[in-house]
Amino acid sequence: MKRRVLFLVAVLVVVGVFWGALSRIHPFGDIGRAPMDDYYLENAQQERSVNNVVTSIVFDYRGFDTLGEAAVLFTAVCSVLALFRKGSEGK
Amino acid sequence: MNPLSVVVRTICDIFAWFMGIFGVYIIIHGHLTPGGGFQGGAVVATMAAFLLVAYGGKKVLSFVRPGFYSGMETAGLLLFITAGFLGMGTTFFYNFLAGRGGLFGAVVPIGPNSGILNSAGTISVMNIAVGLEVIGGLSLILIYMFKGIRLFDDHAGRSESGHDR
Repeated sequence: MKRRVLFLVAVLVVVGVFWGALSRIHPFGDIGRAPMDDYYLENAQQERSVNNVVTSIVFDYRGFDTLGEAAVLFTAVCSVLALFRKGSEGK
Repeated sequence: MNPLSVVVRTICDIFAWFMGIFGVYIIIHGHLTPGGGFQGGAVVATMAAFLLVAYGGKKVLSFVRPGFYSGMETAGLLLFITAGFLGMGTTFFYNFLAGRGGLFGAVVPIGPNSGILNSAGTISVMNIAVGLEVIGGLSLILIYMFKGIRLFDDHAGRSESGHDR
């Protein structure tokens, strides 16, 4: 009985928090503008001398994230190699 | 898989070159046009899948060793991390080549322009590095899966399972 009451309280708290967060979000389809977006669009070409703003974000402003993606691919290759490598027990 | 019919092999002979060239184009022009290292590397790695399907594993593996792709992947990752650390005088991943003249250092005009290939500093270097890494990584995945599933040792020697012809 006590566990059930605790469970109900936890559910109410989680629903309340999510409802509060959802009611403050942008309306659907209206993203709004953040100062960071304007900064990238105005300064990327001058600061990094690159025409493609998306590439300047991916490889320069957020380069550390791309390093993580490369590490993910490396881990995938390692796991495939470990899974599919032939053992020598059959010989 | 054993080699497929002569129709498939002829089409493969013609189109594999275009796939490789198009992938390299996407990698090199990553700072000017949509695309970049990941996308172009995936296109070039598709060439490995194309050759494996059309010619079979034995022919492809007699042509290129997995160590080649492994070295490619390692070189790409090392180049990427090195390009990141070389900007360490300011910050990690600082673009120390952009706008200085020299290698990848051309100054681009502000506003809409047709693009200069020799620009963007370390972004170009990192595009090429990531491209090398993705080519090596995805091709290695394909080749090792193919070797693990299709190629086997029987009593006569190395054989392949798959299509009949």
